[in-house]
Amino acid sequence: MSAPSEIRVCLPPHDAVTPWTLASYRERGGYQAWEEVLKNQTPREEIIETLKSSGLRGRGGAGFPTGLKLSFMPRDAQGQKYIVCNSDESEPGTFKDRDILRFNPHQVIEGMALAGYAIGATVGFNYIRGEYYEPWQRFEAALAEARQAGLLGENLKGSDIAFELHSQRGAGAYICGEETALLESLEGKKGQPRFKPPFPAQVGAFGKPTTINNTETLASIPPIIRNGAEWFSSIGVENSGGTKIYSVSGHVNRPGNYEVPMGMPFRDLLEMAGGVQDGRALKAVIPGGSSVPVVPADAIMECTMDYDGLSQVGSALGAGSVIVMDETTCMVEVLERISFFYFAESCGQCTPCREGTGWLYRMIRRIRSGEGTPADLDRLKSVADRIEGRTICALGDAAAWPVQSFLKHFRHEFEAMIPREEAA
Amino acid sequence: MDAPTTVTVVIDGREVTAQPGSMIIEAADAANIYIPRFCYHPKLSIAANCRMCLVEVEKAPKPLPACATPVADGMVVQTRSATAVEAQQGTMEFLLINHPLDCPVCDQGGECPLQDQAMGYGQDSSRYEEEKRAKPPLDLGPLVATAMTRCIHCTRCVRFGREIAGTMELGATGRGEDMTIETYLDGSVDSEVSGNIIDLCPVGALTSKPYRFTARPWELFSHEGISPHDSLGTNITLQTAHQAVKRVVPRNNEKINECWISDRDRFAYEGAECDDRLTQPMIRRKEGLVETSWEEALSEAAAAMRQGAEQDGSQLAALIHPMSSMEESFLLQKILRGLGSDQIDHRLLERDFSDDAVAPSYPGLEVALSDVESLKGVLLVGCNPRKEAPLLALRIRKMVERGGVVGLLGSYAPDLNFSLSAFRCVTPADLPGALHGLAKNAGASDSGAQAAERDGLSGLLSEVGDDGMILLGQSALNHPEAGTIRTLAARLAQQTGMRLGALAPANSAGAWWAGAVPHRTAQGKPAKTAGANASQIADLNLNTVLLYGVESSIDHSDPIRLQGMLDRAQTVISFSTFRSAVPDQADIVLPIAPYTECSGSYLNCNGTVQVSSPALTPRGNSRPGWKVLRVLGNFLSLPDFDYDDVAQVATELGHPPGVLMCAANPEIPILGHGETASTRPDDRFSLVAERSIYQADPIVRRSRALAKTRDGSSEAFCRLHPEDLEAAGLAGASRVLLVGEHHQATLRVTEDSGVARGSVFVFSGSVATAGFGGDSAVRIRPVT
Amino acid sequence: MAEAGTMLPETIIQKIEAETGKYPTRRAAVKSALRYAQAEFGWISEDVVKAVAEVLGLERIEVFEVATFYDMFYTRPVGRFPVRVCTNVSCLLRGADGIMESLCQNLGVEAGETTADGRFTVFAAECLGACGGAPMMAVGDDYHEDLKADELDKILERYR
Ligand SMILES: Cc1cc2nc3c(=O)[nH]c(=O)nc-3n(C[C@H](O)[C@H](O)[C@H](O)COP(=O)(O)O)c2cc1C
Ligand code: SF4
Ligand code: FES
Repeated sequence: MSAPSEIRVCLPPHDAVTPWTLASYRERGGYQAWEEVLKNQTPREEIIETLKSSGLRGRGGAGFPTGLKLSFMPRDAQGQKYIVCNSDESEPGTFKDRDILRFNPHQVIEGMALAGYAIGATVGFNYIRGEYYEPWQRFEAALAEARQAGLLGENLKGSDIAFELHSQRGAGAYICGEETALLESLEGKKGQPRFKPPFPAQVGAFGKPTTINNTETLASIPPIIRNGAEWFSSIGVENSGGTKIYSVSGHVNRPGNYEVPMGMPFRDLLEMAGGVQDGRALKAVIPGGSSVPVVPADAIMECTMDYDGLSQVGSALGAGSVIVMDETTCMVEVLERISFFYFAESCGQCTPCREGTGWLYRMIRRIRSGEGTPADLDRLKSVADRIEGRTICALGDAAAWPVQSFLKHFRHEFEAMIPREEAA
Repeated sequence: MDAPTTVTVVIDGREVTAQPGSMIIEAADAANIYIPRFCYHPKLSIAANCRMCLVEVEKAPKPLPACATPVADGMVVQTRSATAVEAQQGTMEFLLINHPLDCPVCDQGGECPLQDQAMGYGQDSSRYEEEKRAKPPLDLGPLVATAMTRCIHCTRCVRFGREIAGTMELGATGRGEDMTIETYLDGSVDSEVSGNIIDLCPVGALTSKPYRFTARPWELFSHEGISPHDSLGTNITLQTAHQAVKRVVPRNNEKINECWISDRDRFAYEGAECDDRLTQPMIRRKEGLVETSWEEALSEAAAAMRQGAEQDGSQLAALIHPMSSMEESFLLQKILRGLGSDQIDHRLLERDFSDDAVAPSYPGLEVALSDVESLKGVLLVGCNPRKEAPLLALRIRKMVERGGVVGLLGSYAPDLNFSLSAFRCVTPADLPGALHGLAKNAGASDSGAQAAERDGLSGLLSEVGDDGMILLGQSALNHPEAGTIRTLAARLAQQTGMRLGALAPANSAGAWWAGAVPHRTAQGKPAKTAGANASQIADLNLNTVLLYGVESSIDHSDPIRLQGMLDRAQTVISFSTFRSAVPDQADIVLPIAPYTECSGSYLNCNGTVQVSSPALTPRGNSRPGWKVLRVLGNFLSLPDFDYDDVAQVATELGHPPGVLMCAANPEIPILGHGETASTRPDDRFSLVAERSIYQADPIVRRSRALAKTRDGSSEAFCRLHPEDLEAAGLAGASRVLLVGEHHQATLRVTEDSGVARGSVFVFSGSVATAGFGGDSAVRIRPVT
Repeated sequence: MAEAGTMLPETIIQKIEAETGKYPTRRAAVKSALRYAQAEFGWISEDVVKAVAEVLGLERIEVFEVATFYDMFYTRPVGRFPVRVCTNVSCLLRGADGIMESLCQNLGVEAGETTADGRFTVFAAECLGACGGAPMMAVGDDYHEDLKADELDKILERYR
């Protein structure tokens, strides 16, 4: 068997020089799909159908089929509609959208133009996390180039098609990655998620029908339109079309982004990332960003990296953010840090999340400082259970899942920290 | 196929019919199935953030919030199943971990939804052992006391400000656990409707500052009252303990006030409870006013009145405050007329009575309060509804939120809680001319050129047509040419199809119907002779004058003339609640109890009569006014004064017919005023004098809490257009001298580009400004 | 009272106006407006809140809500260069603690404090999305990745 290798669809090839420029993007076939659409006035349905059969699923975390999502937009409604790109990327362990924006911004633009066209949106917004200064600059420069080249604006290439695109910078709040919080923030408010229904496809940005997709999702669209649904779906496995960028971090020798076909065995991915640091043994992996359940070494080593594969080991693909932990890792410390994150990032509106995340964190901190009691572990689990599924957005779930899974797989490490006389 | 008009859901095994699109909690409420909740409020947007209302819905994988989950036909909901109860207990546990357990010292204790629901839906003991969160105290000003550590972040108060009041005093700052309800920079929360957040707060985080620690909820007795401070007839509950009103809260009435009351309705009781109360009749002797018995006071009063009425009644007159109940107005006019005098009036601040003969039987709104929000537009004429009738402003705001438009013809730009689509700013002197222009335009057939000439107001009129209302406010009704304004407004209404409204103060409608006007007796019947009106009375040489609830130094359009008349009168009889409201000239003082201690009827601006019941027995030896008048009638041996109770008086007076054709009459000819705007004849400034919200009546004036608000500040000031100030060489001046013919005063001056050029805005109702009553224009001079 | 809006330099007002042009509401430009003003004045003072509210036609409390919701807005004075050291999982696993410790030692401050010269304020940050280069920190707008404790001084040197 040959050594596993990358297939780069959303990231530019390794050897591309200044890949973020329009010229470089065009060399790779960039904007062909958009220009075809402008020339042929491709029926909108056709684009949506292509995306549906490509098997592309949302890369922002939930894995919702992209073509299906676009088809939810009211077709006949008059008036403004919007396409929004979610470049808020803040889930711990995730850093793929940053590289897409830095190295391949035009592909995001083209993807947004195509998706916007498909849903009848003449305006798009890319919401970029506030800390991403360099990526934002690259994206802005690409926007200017694209406008200059007549790829954005009105009456594009002589058609009556218009598409304008703007970026907006976030200002430091993880919750703004949640799509409805993002919309609130885009509108100039605090990023507090909206209760759904109504869904963004009915009432989205500025009260208008809106589709929101992740950066990687949108960047996947131009090659799909250019090369066909079949090409894309055949790269991946059933239920998981195409490639996926895995952000590998933690105890590996070569952390970084690896874009590989869906369904790659975890062990191959680990190998690509240079294996576990310093030759130590693997303890556990959080395969999809800090919110998804942790998977112990033996289970993950037998697992394939795709939606179904990870769900079979009780976890999720999430955003493809693979956090690798070796045998020296203290799981209590890791969970304390993760729980602090959700506590710090709760927007504060829902009671269980606002109150419960702090409770979880404080209990874990207390356990780690040697002041835990035997009752704490069941209490941790029960508090997590009382947050899960009871909140407006999924941050509540994101706070609960790590606690539940760490306790399930590594309870002994927590017990070991509880003073013995108490445990007796 | 038509969409179904109702759906059926099963809640706790019961079939419940509900409107499609409505939420589970609404369906449950309608069926009297209680689902616990904190953030949900039927008048506010759905926040779904407290998560207390979680219920089990068949086929849903997790519990759903009943407040935000729409009903669907055939839906099966369990509010008390194991899943639902576990979810509710979970939320309750979270709510309590950071909530102090200080119920015994909390004002909300005993009427706290959190306390109640913790009993009903919580668990016995807390599993929380970590440190509790504490929030620093927050100063929200004179009305609302805070204990923010108790806040459960339901955001009802924030949503109220943004959605209902349009004031945005409060916000939720910070994130997560740090989220804090606060104002920007400790701003005061004292807009005219702020007190409602006290009722909305489901815990003891926001409570009434004047009420704080004065009683416990279970000690309170409730009494149903009507707020007499504006003409809406707001339904209130007066809560008493230890022989005092401790609190006033709203009583729901969807037709009138919904579940809100204004701060004036809420905190005015403090005035009635103040130490300045009269508790014993008094009579003038050599050494001054001395306390006496009712017997003596009334017999002297009767003697004086008989003397005043000796020849033809022309030596006897009475002024009555419009806040008085219908029974008081009715009995007072009955006494005067029994003695042959038609000289009675309640229209204390008005100056033009030229259209009296053709006036409708009482002023009011031709649109029901609850229909205002569905109008397409409102034209305000000399009206600031926000301060004159705050809850009407909320209705107008709702109309605007639904796409309605508001135009204003007035002399200054009020700070409104809704946006104006058109505003024409003219001096008071130009107001009738401007209205005339509008009426003329509206009548003209629309040629293209004319349409182009139309300004925003005309455009607005043609846009709203018969789905609109013209609303005359205090600046119009108290205008020196009010009669002309009313007539022009009526014409404009006729031409456009708009309805008319006159926002008269307090119970003015009731006083009209009761006959407390010189030209009509009770029930709108013409008087034998039209007596002197409120303004003319101030010029008379009288033998005997009755001031009923009138604070003569303030409660008149021209207090200086009124003082002169009192000086000339032989006997002044003051019916007063407060010692300090009795004029120096008073010879006989009869202590009458405030509305909180009386039964009385009030006729609101929609023609609805409502009865207010006493919350307390009258303080000391004061008596309900109607009783005093009844006995006075007996002392005067007038016929038909044998009422056993107040209801008999009300029955005799009867209710007006419920038709709301009441604002004005378009038929009378208009005197003077062409359509051209007048030019300023000299260097004088047209005076825009309005009564501020907390100077409306002697009771409100004495509320300590309200006096501490921005609107209640007693510092007199004036506002002028900056260019006018500049032209007068007064740019940058902090104080100016206003010089009228009869009065002058030095006032703090503020630049305000919203004031009409050539005008100066003042609040009347302070001693410094009340004296300008006789002036419609003043000169502005530097302070030397 | 002087118009609060005048405290913003004309160039910033122009930038804010340009930003509003992207959206159907002026309000949508609030984060940008706060960012521009913060770049000018170093932090979001009361005057900045007032000025931004005035320029965008918002209530002050609405602007303040936004200013206090997001981590990158400072409603208290901070150093000229905020130094945000990621302490989240991926960086933690690769030695963020040590980086933080060295940094604080070098600068003579605790996390959350500002150096005496007013140049740096050190913050323990949440994940900044550069876990592939852990441990990392952001100084102002710049990311510095694959940090080594003994190279911190050299990096900070650039901001002196
Ligand atoms: C707390 C929270 C944070 C999220 N953060 C992000 C994010 O940073 N980037 C992102 O693309 N999606 C994020 N999501 C998912 C979005 O809500 C949304 O599902 C996604 O942007 C949809 O795009 P997709 O269909 O292309 O995946 C987050 C969701 C939650 C609940
Ligand atoms: S779950 Fe947490 S982050 Fe999400 S809306 Fe509720 S409080 Fe905000
Ligand atoms: S009442 Fe439903 S979530 Fe608060």
